[in-house]
Amino acid sequence: MSTRLSTGGRLIDRSRQLTFTFNGKSFKGVEGDTLASALLANSQTIMGRSFKYHRPRGVMTSGAEEPNALMGLGKGAKFEPNQRATTTELFDGLTAESQNHWPSLDWDIGEVNAALSRFLPAGFYYKTFIHPRPFWKHVFEPVIRQSAGLGKVPKERDADRYEHFYAHVDVVIAGGGIAGLQSALEAGRAGARVLLCEQTPHFGGRAPVDGVSIDGKPAEDWVAATLSELEGMDNVHIRPRTMVAGVYDHGYVIAYERVADHTPEADAPRHRLWRIRTKQVISATGALERPLSFPGNDKPGVMLASAMRDYIVNWGVSAGDRTVVVTNNDDAYRTAIAIKQAGLDVPCIVDARPEANGALPDQARALGIEVKTGMGIAGVKGLRGVVAVKLCRQAGEGAVVEEVVCDAVAMSGGWSPVVHLWSHCGGKLNWDEAGAFFRPDHARPPTSHDGAGFVTCVGSSDGALYAAEVLPNTSAATRGMLGQIGKTAADAPVVQADAPDEAPLAPIWMMPQGAGPKKRAKMWLDFQNDVKVSDVQLAAREGYESVEHTKRYTTLGMATDQGKLSNINGLAILAGELNAAIPQVGTTTFRPPYTPISMGAIAGEARGDVFQPLRRTPMQDWHEANGAHWEPVGQWRRPYCFPRDGESHRQAVNREITATRNSLGLLDASTLGKIIVKGPDAGRFMDMLYTNMMSTLKPGKCRYGLMCSENGFLMDDGVVARLDEDTFLCHTTTGGTESIHAHMEDWLQCEWWDWKVYTANVTEQWAQVAVVGPNARKVLQKLGGDIDLSKDALPFMAWAEGKLGAFDARVFRISFSGELSFEVAVPASQGRALWEALLDAGAEFDATPYGTEALHVMRAEKGFIMIGDETDGTVIPQDLGLDWAISKKKDDFLGKRGQQRSHMTDPARWKLVGLETLDGSVLPDGSYAMAEGENANGQGNTQGRVTSTYYSPTLDKGIAMGLVLNGPDRMGEVLEFNTTGDRTVKARIVSPVFYDPEGEKQNV
Amino acid sequence: MLLLECPYCGVKADETELTPGGEAHLKRFGPGSTDEAFEEYLFLRPNPKGVHFERWRHAHGCGKWFLAARDTATLEVFGTYTAQTTEPPEHIIDAIRAKRPDWSQA
Amino acid sequence: MSDLASALPGAEAQGLVTVREAGLVGMVTFRGDLSAPDTAAAIKAATGCDVPGQRAVVTEGEVSVAWMSPDELLVICPHDAATGMAAQISAQMGAAHHLALNVSDARAVFEVAGAGWRDVLAKVSPADLSREAFGPGEMRRTRLAQVAGAFWMTGEETVRVICFRSVARYVFDLLALSAKEGGAVGYH
Repeated sequence: MSTRLSTGGRLIDRSRQLTFTFNGKSFKGVEGDTLASALLANSQTIMGRSFKYHRPRGVMTSGAEEPNALMGLGKGAKFEPNQRATTTELFDGLTAESQNHWPSLDWDIGEVNAALSRFLPAGFYYKTFIHPRPFWKHVFEPVIRQSAGLGKVPKERDADRYEHFYAHVDVVIAGGGIAGLQSALEAGRAGARVLLCEQTPHFGGRAPVDGVSIDGKPAEDWVAATLSELEGMDNVHIRPRTMVAGVYDHGYVIAYERVADHTPEADAPRHRLWRIRTKQVISATGALERPLSFPGNDKPGVMLASAMRDYIVNWGVSAGDRTVVVTNNDDAYRTAIAIKQAGLDVPCIVDARPEANGALPDQARALGIEVKTGMGIAGVKGLRGVVAVKLCRQAGEGAVVEEVVCDAVAMSGGWSPVVHLWSHCGGKLNWDEAGAFFRPDHARPPTSHDGAGFVTCVGSSDGALYAAEVLPNTSAATRGMLGQIGKTAADAPVVQADAPDEAPLAPIWMMPQGAGPKKRAKMWLDFQNDVKVSDVQLAAREGYESVEHTKRYTTLGMATDQGKLSNINGLAILAGELNAAIPQVGTTTFRPPYTPISMGAIAGEARGDVFQPLRRTPMQDWHEANGAHWEPVGQWRRPYCFPRDGESHRQAVNREITATRNSLGLLDASTLGKIIVKGPDAGRFMDMLYTNMMSTLKPGKCRYGLMCSENGFLMDDGVVARLDEDTFLCHTTTGGTESIHAHMEDWLQCEWWDWKVYTANVTEQWAQVAVVGPNARKVLQKLGGDIDLSKDALPFMAWAEGKLGAFDARVFRISFSGELSFEVAVPASQGRALWEALLDAGAEFDATPYGTEALHVMRAEKGFIMIGDETDGTVIPQDLGLDWAISKKKDDFLGKRGQQRSHMTDPARWKLVGLETLDGSVLPDGSYAMAEGENANGQGNTQGRVTSTYYSPTLDKGIAMGLVLNGPDRMGEVLEFNTTGDRTVKARIVSPVFYDPEGEKQNV
Repeated sequence: MLLLECPYCGVKADETELTPGGEAHLKRFGPGSTDEAFEEYLFLRPNPKGVHFERWRHAHGCGKWFLAARDTATLEVFGTYTAQTTEPPEHIIDAIRAKRPDWSQA
Repeated sequence: MSDLASALPGAEAQGLVTVREAGLVGMVTFRGDLSAPDTAAAIKAATGCDVPGQRAVVTEGEVSVAWMSPDELLVICPHDAATGMAAQISAQMGAAHHLALNVSDARAVFEVAGAGWRDVLAKVSPADLSREAFGPGEMRRTRLAQVAGAFWMTGEETVRVICFRSVARYVFDLLALSAKEGGAVGYH
């Protein structure tokens, strides 16, 4: 059993006790523990259940690559699933629960899957749940969903806050081990702007654990001295708890800082996502140890050799009292030595190589540890822990030679450089035959905007796995990189590290090498996804030759650890089965992030009140205070209606329409787009933008105009006012303002750059109120001022500028409702005051604020089209009976050529008509007019559709507009419209102008 | 994520400060043009793997449209230049030739 | 008119820095040929300032002129002077092709004050805010999270942030959130 040793633990402070709970049980840990080390210290070796077979699992590693010890952390609004116990810093009050078990971690009903494992091979789900098809939705999917998924979804809204942070540097260094520190030193001394990121709270990486000495002093001392020198440099910024998650094009890097995971009570952002632009990336990400594939290698108590060493040296925790070390390399001997030096037993080291004669094996032997070369493990005894291992000849089929009693197994299959950051943006890899790993191919780096490489791997990440190689490799590579960004390395000697020499490993992909099918079905490659040697071999036999296909078929290397442990082992097995060399089989693509990052960090600040910008008019506060019900229009929130106490929205809309038509309504029209077009060529430009002839518009007058895309389709509409000979004011739709302004600038900058025209979007400079109804003129006249508002002085489609009371106003005599209507624009700072002044002055006329729905109904009663209702990007003005607004005199305007194409001039198009149901009901929105026969897909043919449909309180019946095949030629005809049910509705084709067809009301 | 220098204001703009505008140097065909010419102008794009001329607007910045010569496969940028031109300027062509000797202008 | 209202009158938030709405600020957008000597003369006569170079801001007394693009300037002046300023620029420009408009009310201005302003802005803007890259005398137009904005330094520890008036609440909330205690980055 694992336990806390009485001494040791370089990262812990035993004087500071912490209390935490695991699966509801209270435990004690100490400051500096990870959740994994604290659980081991409490003899809690089972930390989770595997995904597919629900096998009991213990912690396998001590870091980011952990596949097994995944926890649900926190509670309620602070709950987060799938957190690695190995990278979770312990704090007082931490609560954790293990995952994938029911009803309990120790006794799990899903474990029956393990007994059935021979019936659950690779591709089981694909093969089994295909037929019969109807079963999928009602039987298979619910069952699979029940058992699928890792961890629980949080049920409450996340209580934490998150943020982004943009940084611009010369060099990002990923990894704070000795390579990262040395690289930072080189770059910092050369004057580069450096950001050094380390994913853990500690710097130095493995070197202090492995007893390396640097520059004649213990690694620990060198790390402290180096950190202190770096901290003194203004151009170097050091960031612990920050993982470089991804490298992207043009030197864009994201890093994930866990600001407050370890201090959850702090009022701080939990995570911060660094969005970095850098010239160069240094990957000092080290290497990860690989497991060995022997039968039973997934049992709790079997651990990576390096992890076991970490637990002893860093946290003073042992994995067991008697540990068998199994290896194919010298490095694992360090673990045996560390265990022995901690006063515990190592009954033997099982070394698959024929001989082991290096410095480390000699040192182990000197400590009295028996080294069994040429041997392997044929099986692990024990159900929920290890009680013994069965040894065999590595060269054979697994006949048991002897049993060794032990309670832990440390395994090492060699090391793989962490080349993720090299690969994210396209760096290529070479297979290193001697080391049996992929290393960066320096000739094919990821390239940046200038075509040159921008990622440099140093130290173990570059394949320099031995301590003595790390620093020279790092210094040389970093100095080369500095030259690339025009910095000169400081003239300092290259620091040397001392560590015992190591003999080469033997590539061992299966233990024993001749294992039969039964044994291969117990050798785990991917612990998280329960993928075994037998599964990959089956996939190969079934024809999955591509590693990418094999990955998806077997799930090898998927889920939260993304194959950090399983990748190379799985690849080697696949290559063996295909009888191909490993580099020929290739490797799967490494994609960001390196380890999972929180959704909160990705969203950053964009949640709650600042989830997205909500645009507000100068009158928005009044609308809020007066109970507006909102309608989103682009990023604006416009009042849909202003319901009074006890009123439904429908009732409010009807009241607003009636009040406006009978007396006086007020609409906040500030959101309407307003673009100034000015210059000697403004008229010529306006004639190109609009389908109408705008250059003939007289100053002081307004004209309704249409804008089309080059494709001929109607894009926007609005009233244009000519301010003076040189200047036009274009009103656009609320949602179209920014895109129309961009459209104008596009043509002016990129096509007609010699035309003398300037534009400016002045939408927000003006607050605008539509003053509508028979009493509109009276209320404006009550305000006073110097503008003559009489019919003769300011006729329909004219505008005037001056004082309206105390306001600096432009008054446009335009109408979207069919009533007598003035749109009054004042500078935004005067908007709220104008609104209130109009309400005050209008009180005697029952001045009624109305919203967008009343606006829509009133315009529909008048047969006015609305962009986005009557248009959908496939409608041309001719479809809408707007031929009168298309100039025949102009040689050219945007959209003219498009509208000349045969399909556009085809007389058999769907065209705008009014629709009136025979029973007076409101046609459902989006209904289609049904036609005879069926189309090629067996769907009923259609001959038209409803584009706008409302209840008209003015006419007390449903009114609608729609596009109908040859519609205007079919007045009086009755069509049948579908509904979402079986019912159909009959409606008659009528004129789209339902109200005041002569336009008398707006002309008074 | 691209980083492109705006030739108007000199800012090295993050892709999130820009809006893309598709292929550059299109010749407009209006009324009087053939259906084929109009179709080509409006719809037909070569989508090359390699050197490409494209339009970008510095939307969260000076608001100007500019043009970029870029390799669509490697994302190498050969240069950016102002939009008031019907064809790539000489220094851009030279920069491309220096990096892609086999490239020929379509 | 007396009761003129800025976008968020009196809005203020304390934290790592102080964020407050600067009230009504006069602004005139000018478009014209910035390289023409006549333009320089007209701008000088109307504002007292020289035409600034690329991305620069020049200040004379109560008036600042900022370079916004190769054919655009922003004149910043007292709010009640903006209409007159636009008219004066137009008068000075005479027949030369240009545009001068009072856009004061289309904008909101915030003052961010405190030693940590670079870190606070770096949470919402992709611009390089290091001292080497951004200093006094420069107007940087950029993105503030999801909206367009611009800022320039008015002192070593103060910066003014401009955005469109309709998104003033969003930008204020954004800056206040970024300035919240506990979120210090200690980077710049």
